Amino acid sequence: MSDTAVITTRIMLAGVGGQGTILAAKIISEAAAAAGLDVKMSEIHGMSQRGGSVVSHVAFGSQVFSPLPDLKTVDCLVAFEKLEAIRQYGYLKQEGLLIVNDLEIAPMPVLSGFADYPQDGLKQLKETAGRILVLDAAGEARNIGMLQVQNLILIGALSTFPGLETFPWEETIKKTVRTQFAEINLKAFQIGKDLAAETGHEVNRNQHGF
Amino acid sequence: MNDNQPILMTGNEAIARGVYEAGCHVSSAYPGTPSTEIQENIGTYPEIYAEWAPNEKVALEVAAGAAMGGARAFASMKHVGLNVAADPLFTVAYTGVTGALVINTSDEPGMHSSQNEQDNRRYAEHAKIPLLVPSDSQECLDYTKAAFIISEEFDTPVLLRTTTRVCHSKSLVHTGSRAQIPIAPYVKNIRKNLMIPSHARLKHPEVEERLRKLSVYAESTPLNRIIPSRNPEEASIGIITGGISYQYAREVFGDSVRYLVLGFMFPFPENLIQKFADSVDQLFIIEENEPFIENACKRLGIACLGKEVLPLCDELSPDRIRAAFLPEFKDSEADEAKIPSASSNRIIDKNIPQRPPALCPGCPHRGVFTALARYRKHVISTDIGCYTLGALPPLDAGDFLFCMGSSISSGMGFAKAFQAAAASEKSAESPQRKVIAVIGDSTFFHSGITGLINVLYSRTPMVILILDNRITAMTGHQHNPGTGKTLQGADAPEIDLYNLVSALGFAQEQLFQVNPHDLEAVRNSLKEAMDYSGPAVIITKAPCALLPEVKNSVKETFYQVDRDICITCKACIRTGCPAIRITGGKSLIDPDMCAACGVCMQVCKPGAITGPFTRAKEKAHV
Ligand SMILES: Cc1ncc(C[n+]2csc(CCOP(=O)(O)OP(=O)(O)O)c2C)c(N)n1
Ligand code: SF4
Ligand code: SF4
Repeated sequence: MSDTAVITTRIMLAGVGGQGTILAAKIISEAAAAAGLDVKMSEIHGMSQRGGSVVSHVAFGSQVFSPLPDLKTVDCLVAFEKLEAIRQYGYLKQEGLLIVNDLEIAPMPVLSGFADYPQDGLKQLKETAGRILVLDAAGEARNIGMLQVQNLILIGALSTFPGLETFPWEETIKKTVRTQFAEINLKAFQIGKDLAAETGHEVNRNQHGF
Repeated sequence: MNDNQPILMTGNEAIARGVYEAGCHVSSAYPGTPSTEIQENIGTYPEIYAEWAPNEKVALEVAAGAAMGGARAFASMKHVGLNVAADPLFTVAYTGVTGALVINTSDEPGMHSSQNEQDNRRYAEHAKIPLLVPSDSQECLDYTKAAFIISEEFDTPVLLRTTTRVCHSKSLVHTGSRAQIPIAPYVKNIRKNLMIPSHARLKHPEVEERLRKLSVYAESTPLNRIIPSRNPEEASIGIITGGISYQYAREVFGDSVRYLVLGFMFPFPENLIQKFADSVDQLFIIEENEPFIENACKRLGIACLGKEVLPLCDELSPDRIRAAFLPEFKDSEADEAKIPSASSNRIIDKNIPQRPPALCPGCPHRGVFTALARYRKHVISTDIGCYTLGALPPLDAGDFLFCMGSSISSGMGFAKAFQAAAASEKSAESPQRKVIAVIGDSTFFHSGITGLINVLYSRTPMVILILDNRITAMTGHQHNPGTGKTLQGADAPEIDLYNLVSALGFAQEQLFQVNPHDLEAVRNSLKEAMDYSGPAVIITKAPCALLPEVKNSVKETFYQVDRDICITCKACIRTGCPAIRITGGKSLIDPDMCAACGVCMQVCKPGAITGPFTRAKEKAHV
């Protein structure tokens, strides 16, 4: 049915308002555009920013139509928080890659005692996902003294996967973040990249292409 | 910005760029998701007079006046904003313009941040003005520029209609340079420009004639385009669509079908639609929400398939279109969860907790709602802004809400029902219930003040809380007449709420101003106001915790729970602060999240919460 020779790669970023998903989506889409691809990015502002669930979508290829993915069409889901990984998991392709920040942010129903935070979420995801990469981006970010750069650590991990490794990441990051924070953001990016490379064998063993 | 390298822009950025390139002189707007960033971006072009108006009616009137004076003018708002601005809209549609007038309405299928799902394409038909509907950022820029030209040529306001997914999606855009447009000379002509019945009677037939001319224009404008299928001989399916629905349809059907994409959607290009319908065996109409194009087709007697299979409610998505039109998809995927709207999704564990938005740590509204907890047996008429979140658990302080400004006026109406009930019961024993209206500063300036005048005028006994957090927070921190700054951040006269309300005639015993972080002060003023026999106003004044100056001032400070003293009464949890949770049977405050407002400390009876403490410096530099 669809257009002849149009292949779209879809990335989805899921997190909690204030975690920097929007900046991350911006960096990914600018990097894809700089690599000469057609790009669409979509995000929701407004109500969801007050600590609610947030998602951003980036899609790129020779020509992109819908900025939104359907269920099971996302090539890589980058979850900034574990509960949000579970929430958006249905969008990931069977053979897609799930990158999860090993971080727990309790939502209001949990804080006020109306619900429990799922304890075996990560285990469930590990059992279900075709490919999964778990990193402690928050811990790593705190180690280098700036919690806000966990988004760049996650992008660093994302950047190592086939098709994305040739994007001009460093240049794009320098152009996108504020000058005084360029250095620490680049450092965070490198940390994410190295972490993904270290655990990469786990991922690469999988025969599915990206 | 004028080279040929395309730039990634949101639809909103591209509209702002289009307004700039069109040589627009005056732009007025009131914030509202998903339209807000249009005006924020217009504000970055010094060539344009750009402002935040106190509401959409004022914004459109300012723009209409500028257009009357010969300028190219622009007004922008969210879909419900056009309801507020509908009065000037319908009459500037009669007078027309001296310069040009373009009005953006940003609709919200899916209601990500809205209270209803109205489809404002119908406003164009109702007001008899042309309607342009872009489907990506490049079209946002191009159609905005085209809209100014159409406005000028046909002497009409033009409605530009966008939706969330167009406003907040980025795609590549080629920009151009700004046209130098002189102010058109204004010539006094009251039969055209001053609508009294005798003049309006003359104008109405001209509006109908203009519509006829516009429908001729619609037949040939390049904004309406046919996209052939990859094999024209085979094309048995035709799709009429427009806006973001085109992108979804294209994702599903690719180049295997023929499309008629209506960028100029009203008046309808009837011949073009008829010819297109005749060229295909089967016609699908793909549009979000209302059957706007579909009804036009049906009026022409054209057989087509649309809302019989497509949902009226919520956003479309490629999957929703597949499920509607492709039988093979429907059969193979019987599971209804497979056809979600974009705003719902399928999860591995359906029972995971929701993550609703909540008032931020340190939010000045928290103290107000914590104090209001004692008044839950009364009726709380709430309004639209961050403070609407105070109606949700655990704060739970809110009864009803219609639209911006309604807290005071509808609260007053509710109070009249109470008074009528009390009069008929005539029993002095029945406990007296009162109405408490809760409204934000921006919302008060928007449309609360007229309601407050009526409360005083009608001597209605009720309490009005004006939550002055020094900014329009919900929509992302826009200035308003009370903040002392313009859209561009320059100094402006600051309208002081206390003086304003007192000037209306509220006497000292009816008017209070308190710091909402000081629970004792809020509670005392509430008690006095509730005991007062007539209307009473409490202004709570403290800046939004997300304002940079507030954020920076508390970055290193936090409160702490002494777990030996904590008795797990959960009083602190009931303030709904996202920084506090129960772990290991006791309360715990996350020092990274805590904004050191001290509200939790004030509700902690055993005194387990203390602070503020300052973090060791080395931990949080950079
Ligand atoms: C008619 C209309 N215009 C705009 C909006 C969008 N909107 C929702 S809340 C809000 C502003 C709220 O500001 P304020 O009253 O100061 O409360 P705060 O969010 O700062 O607590 C706006 C503009 C709307 N819902 N309805
Ligand atoms: S943005 Fe400001 S007003 Fe809104 S919830 Fe957060 S602190 Fe409160
Ligand atoms: S002082 Fe208490 S209520 Fe205020 S932000 Fe910190 S934890 Fe939340």
